[in-house]
Amino acid sequence: MPVVIDESKCNGCNKCVTICTTDVLVPNPIKGKPPIVMYPEECWYAGCCVGECPVGCITLRFPLMSRVHYKDKETGEIKRV
Amino acid sequence: MNYEDYVTQYGPMEWPYPVLYDKENAVETDILVLGGGPAGCMAAISAAKKGLKVALLDKAYPKRSGGGSGFDHWLNTPNPLTKVTAENCVEWEEATYNGYSNSLSRYIAAREAYDTLLEIEKMGGKIRDLDDDFAGAPFRDEKTKFLFCYDYENKFQFRVWGATFKPAIFNECLRLGVQVFDRVVATSLLNEGGKEGGRIVGATAFNMRTGEFYVFKAKATIHAMSRHQRNWMFSTELTGLDSFTPNITGDGPAILWRAGAELTQMERSRPSQAPGYEYPSYGTGNWMNTWHPASMVDANGKEIPWVDVNGNPLKTVDERSLPRPGQKFLAERSDHPLYGRCSPVKDLVQRINKGEFILPLYADLASMPWYERKAIWGLMVGNEGRTKVGIKMGYEAAGFDASKHMLQGYMTLGGEPYNNPDRSLWQSVFRQEGFGSAGTTVADWDLKTSLDALYVVGDAIMCGNYWYHAATTGRYAGRKAAEYALRQGMPTIDHKQVEKEKTRVYAPTIRKPGVDYIDWKELRAVGARTLQNYCGGLRNEGLMKTGLKWVQDIKEKEFPQTYASNPHILLRVLETYNILTVDEIIFQACMARRASSAVLGHTRQDYPEMDPPEWHKFITLKQVDGTTVIGDLPIGFWGNLAENYETHNPGYKGWMTKKR
Repeated sequence: MPVVIDESKCNGCNKCVTICTTDVLVPNPIKGKPPIVMYPEECWYAGCCVGECPVGCITLRFPLMSRVHYKDKETGEIKRV
Repeated sequence: MNYEDYVTQYGPMEWPYPVLYDKENAVETDILVLGGGPAGCMAAISAAKKGLKVALLDKAYPKRSGGGSGFDHWLNTPNPLTKVTAENCVEWEEATYNGYSNSLSRYIAAREAYDTLLEIEKMGGKIRDLDDDFAGAPFRDEKTKFLFCYDYENKFQFRVWGATFKPAIFNECLRLGVQVFDRVVATSLLNEGGKEGGRIVGATAFNMRTGEFYVFKAKATIHAMSRHQRNWMFSTELTGLDSFTPNITGDGPAILWRAGAELTQMERSRPSQAPGYEYPSYGTGNWMNTWHPASMVDANGKEIPWVDVNGNPLKTVDERSLPRPGQKFLAERSDHPLYGRCSPVKDLVQRINKGEFILPLYADLASMPWYERKAIWGLMVGNEGRTKVGIKMGYEAAGFDASKHMLQGYMTLGGEPYNNPDRSLWQSVFRQEGFGSAGTTVADWDLKTSLDALYVVGDAIMCGNYWYHAATTGRYAGRKAAEYALRQGMPTIDHKQVEKEKTRVYAPTIRKPGVDYIDWKELRAVGARTLQNYCGGLRNEGLMKTGLKWVQDIKEKEFPQTYASNPHILLRVLETYNILTVDEIIFQACMARRASSAVLGHTRQDYPEMDPPEWHKFITLKQVDGTTVIGDLPIGFWGNLAENYETHNPGYKGWMTKKR
């Protein structure tokens, strides 16, 4: 899933639904409940939903094959984001 | 929760919005703006300031749509701190792209970009380092607190907090009473009397959530729907990652084509890599654009030397952003000796192949002076489109620290959305439309298209791109369209043209999902493959004829079998029709240019000579009575820039006018 919603924090305001530029999200038919991630494959990872969320309950999650590696200069250890 | 989870837990889920395919809304306005990116919003603001009634349509909510997640550089802007002139701002691009740039719109933009920037600042866009985060940095002007990039001596390319711009200009639209129709997508332009090539009197559109139909009638219309994209690239699983901006699906060129407008540059493309394999844009270690002038090291920590445009080695990081003796200034995307930026060694790929540098490479911001590290990671990565949340915040949350860690580069392994420096990959069948100088609509000094009452802005203009150009040409064309509209009465709409379009738009909703209906993704995939196989890195007449026939067959035989189960899918189906339409235009333009061209990325086996002088011109094409008419425009068709600009803008008051 491209966006992970912490359903315990979400207040169902649907601001993320309004701001999403590709309509990945749609409102939950049950009012006040978290939105439905209807078209996850159409997400282009702009993160506008995260920026708009008033309670900070959305995390953007890049697909695994798009996770970039980085190297610690001191230890040489290689990690990934 | 995704759709499947909802259905499992609560049972069948209906489409959450009312479906109103039968509803028709009629809207009358002075100015109609199609597209709510920076150019569309600035055009709307400009026209509204003239006291006109303005309606603006966008596929999404314009607060963040169309370049709304951010941008990093505001380029090519003469200003009180530089000697670089408006003429300079167009000359580097003409030289770099062998004439295939648009000095007309670039010159307009250069003349008014500083005025536009200051205007956006008043609306709430952050353009100065007011918090003194970069005090003492060599790219900062201590008095104005402006930050610059690429060339610290000739300060005409600004570093800005671009993520603040779009909400600011969208709020200004609302403040000025612009009527905003979000999620309303244009499907066609309406010609006077319904005749292709006739004056534009409005447009049809539909709402991608409710499906309701709109008929807009306007005295003047502004095309702000960008260019074409996604013609070679499609992956069914990650459609959102196929391209730079997924809402750009060539609706603009396709709609203009059907209305009879003149297009150009449709044969231009550049190499790319297979769709779905990209890493996040600006999210890997590299040295270009947003990451300029990052230090790079190899797997063993060996630094990749930086050189000037002529290959002479540079000793310090600061030297990377200063012109060398004999150079006029350093320009963002140039490799021309007079303007070319510094870069890592030109033969990097060959040196890697010989084993001098061991893969993978890393961007080593930690070794750079604090101001460069902070500018790249924090200001540029942080404001450039899609970098704030996913990359800046996301990577840091995962533990990345730019002062301790090096981010891996993937360029020579494939995977970045830039031209790979390995030229052996440049004949790839996977191609991108000529990103960087890609717009396709022919326009005059009023930024009016070949169709009366239709104006064009931003990336939709031939060779147009960049935020500064979008915002400034939008502001300019909004003014011009308003001046035109003030002289016009309200036109009449041809209802037959509306009814015909309505039938086309809703056809996919009327069909029932039969046993052999076709999914929009399948059609996009075959459209992309057609271009990959028949209009890839190497082309000839026979290949392209076959490809064109294949696309036409699909449009005629298979497209009518598509089915849309809700308004969202209807949008994707109609976008696909536009993509296939643009595919046809691309094939015809590529066949019309019977010569190879390096800049245009057009290599023909049957005409191998690269850029012969008799083909040094823009090829244009338009539809007349349903038949394609090919024409051309000479390079330099814009004539004397200053003279023409001033003749067309005698009353304009701006920073540069005052200076004179």
